[in-house]
Amino acid sequence: METNVVGVDQSSSGEPSAPPRVHYLNAAYGIGSWLLTKDHKRIALLYLLSVTFFFFIGGFFAVLIRLELITPPGDLMQSETYNKMFTMHGVLMIFFFLIPAIPAVLGNFLVPMMIGARDLAFPRINLLSWYIYSIGGLLGMGAVIFGGVDTGWTFYTPYSSTYSNSNVILAALGAFVAGFSSILTGLNFIVTIHKMRAPGLTWSRLPLFIWAHYATSIIQILGTPVVAIAIVLVALERLFHIGIFDPKLGGDPLLFQHLFWFYSHPAVYIMILPAMGVINELITCFSRKRIFGYHFIAGSSIAIAVLGFLVWGHHMFTSGQSIYGGFVFSVLSMLVAIPSAIKVFNWTATFYKGSISYQAPMLYAFGFIGLFTIGGLTGLFLATTAIDVHLHDTYFVVAHFHYIMVGGTIMGYLGGLHYWWPKMTGKIYPEGWARFAALVIFVGFNLTFLPQFILGYLGMPRRYHYYPEEFQVLNVMSSAGASILGVGYLIPMVYFVWSLRYGKASAQNPWGAHGLEWETSSPPPTENFEKQPIVTHEPYDYTPKPEEVAVV
Amino acid sequence: MWEEFPLIPPQASTFAERVDMLYYFITGVSIFFGALIFLLVIFFAIKYRRRSETEVPKPVHGSLALELTWSIIPFCLAMTMFGWGASIYFDMYHRVPENALEISVIGKQWMWHFQHPTGQREINTLHIPTGRPVRLTMATEDVIHSLYIPAFRVKKDVVPGRYTTLWFEATQPGTYHLFCAEYCGTKHSQMGGSVIAMEPAHYQQWLASVGAQAEAAPTDQIAAASPVEAGQKLFRQLNCHTCHMAGPLGMGPSLIGIFGQRVTLETGETVRVDEAYIRESILAPRAKIVLGYKPAMPTFQGQVTEQQIMQLIAYIKSLK
Repeated sequence: METNVVGVDQSSSGEPSAPPRVHYLNAAYGIGSWLLTKDHKRIALLYLLSVTFFFFIGGFFAVLIRLELITPPGDLMQSETYNKMFTMHGVLMIFFFLIPAIPAVLGNFLVPMMIGARDLAFPRINLLSWYIYSIGGLLGMGAVIFGGVDTGWTFYTPYSSTYSNSNVILAALGAFVAGFSSILTGLNFIVTIHKMRAPGLTWSRLPLFIWAHYATSIIQILGTPVVAIAIVLVALERLFHIGIFDPKLGGDPLLFQHLFWFYSHPAVYIMILPAMGVINELITCFSRKRIFGYHFIAGSSIAIAVLGFLVWGHHMFTSGQSIYGGFVFSVLSMLVAIPSAIKVFNWTATFYKGSISYQAPMLYAFGFIGLFTIGGLTGLFLATTAIDVHLHDTYFVVAHFHYIMVGGTIMGYLGGLHYWWPKMTGKIYPEGWARFAALVIFVGFNLTFLPQFILGYLGMPRRYHYYPEEFQVLNVMSSAGASILGVGYLIPMVYFVWSLRYGKASAQNPWGAHGLEWETSSPPPTENFEKQPIVTHEPYDYTPKPEEVAVV
Repeated sequence: MWEEFPLIPPQASTFAERVDMLYYFITGVSIFFGALIFLLVIFFAIKYRRRSETEVPKPVHGSLALELTWSIIPFCLAMTMFGWGASIYFDMYHRVPENALEISVIGKQWMWHFQHPTGQREINTLHIPTGRPVRLTMATEDVIHSLYIPAFRVKKDVVPGRYTTLWFEATQPGTYHLFCAEYCGTKHSQMGGSVIAMEPAHYQQWLASVGAQAEAAPTDQIAAASPVEAGQKLFRQLNCHTCHMAGPLGMGPSLIGIFGQRVTLETGETVRVDEAYIRESILAPRAKIVLGYKPAMPTFQGQVTEQQIMQLIAYIKSLK
């Protein structure tokens, strides 16, 4: 086990000048060796390129939306164009960035490495899932190119099934196809985690990142087929008018909302649970502490995954569903707050008496805790029926879900990307720039979305192209924040690419971290480990060794 | 200064203050826990910052007592929020006062039609009296809309194929925003206007002046006829009266006094005659046949608008 170097600076300069080592990146050359690879690490990089592409396209639409909203009248673009912008922003960001980002990039790279396996259980299916995702993405982009979609990412019927004359079927087909990629990834993870753990890696020795991905995979497998069914039904209704959602033909418009949210609420946990998994790894490493309450954190991931399936009706408190149904969904939604609160308290307690360093990944972890706390607490407002009646479909909701889904997920994703970048690429990114970017993103994010909570309570509805003048000051603040945030997201993109060529070579374990992925070289060999690792201790075992007794 | 930079919209209905009190409570709890987490994280991050590259802190495993404490306290607070919110929600959506002023609302891409019980019609502007409960019965001609009045803290979706209702009691005269909150297509953000709450005497004056205008120059927007009168006229135009009469000649059941009663269907079930049942009987007459009658009535789907259905219902309600 690696115990020699601690800290990034000494280790990166300590690389011996040996002949070039064979690792997964240089084991084969040529486009074909990438497009036909069955190596989970290479597939992770393929996903990295794809999700980054969709993130910046989706972000471009966000910038246009915020530009439009600087002034109350719709003076930058037509209403129809504006509606297409927010639809494509939502569709691309949710189905093609937030849902796949952490599982498909970091999960793909790390799940086998962290459990001491050579690859995922089904390497070919893993490659297939990237192709399916890419085809879905091309269909989604096709919908944009052929004129856009104006339904909102929620595709509510009967607007989407009967009234909208935009490219609903193409966009929905994109989301439908991408869903299969999500199902296949989840299936692959579950089988891998069950069957391929290294000797000695019992369930209670699993890294919490693995627990989080296990919980996420359950949601992907059970939830995604339901949204797929809902999407197919919308397409059938549009093509053949069979009367599933159209009341004139005996259908029920609310049926779609039930089917849609049965998946799309748990989908929020597909985004946030993996981010939580990343945060566990970051705060233990950079406080050099065992996580506080390992079993509670692992259990809370599963609890969130299970409870997440029981709360979809809180999207429908104003829809005219039974008020008693509303009460049940309200109570269940409140219950999800408990495992979430447990996690936040446990992370805070982990810092207690730690040895905390402020490396960039840790700054992202701090940022995650801040944004997730705000996002989680504002969820209480929306779970409370009477408050939700006022806040439903306003900017308060927009702010809330951006804090959780975007703030939480992207902080976790970027934190994880920085943390494992040396492992993935063998290069060290520039630490100063990374800290600066983390700060810019945190400030920009809060300036963008905090004003939206106030806007929402004041009553500004979401998806508004025109708005009353008194909302302008807060909208200008939000748009100013968005431009800062946009710059913040561009900086890492630049220095990550820069580091591939100019970055210093990384040691095997630059952070002095624990976990099997740090027990092999950076970048790892194609088969991950030179010899099969054997696990003999608990995770996050930062216990003082006799020869390095604490200076605390 | 807060006049120019408000944090809450005007409180203009009996619900507004109750909703705001709960909002302040949840905000207080959130700020307390948010601040607690922020301060603890910042305090620990500074106090326990890494001072040397080789230091290794003592491990802390966890504490069942602490875990239980920070599970049970949030649970109790969350249940308080639930119960408090549920009681307001129940009153808002379920306890409609008997003496409410009935106004019918039709949403369509992209405008709101209102009709007062005395016949006055308006588009995108709704005049109401203060100090009296107002009940909106709402339908839509196309997609889902949602009627939202932030100053009253009320909102309700208007769903194709069914009636939804909403009630409130305005407390302060004034002009307030009226929005469509459910995305409904191209001009969604322009589907709205204002609610004008007036002292009851002013409201009566307004009704009278609009009524006089309508008699002088009837237009589509301000009609002279009340919903009952319009419904009666329509009832004759559509020849409903030729079947719906009492006695052996009536091919359909008599409608006098039927509203609010329960009728027995040929399946043996009973159904209460309410707005939704009458609407269904007009559009899909064979869905629920009353015991003793033949399924002879044709559908009026496509022949009557949502507004006309509401007028027919108003007329049937008036048959005593």
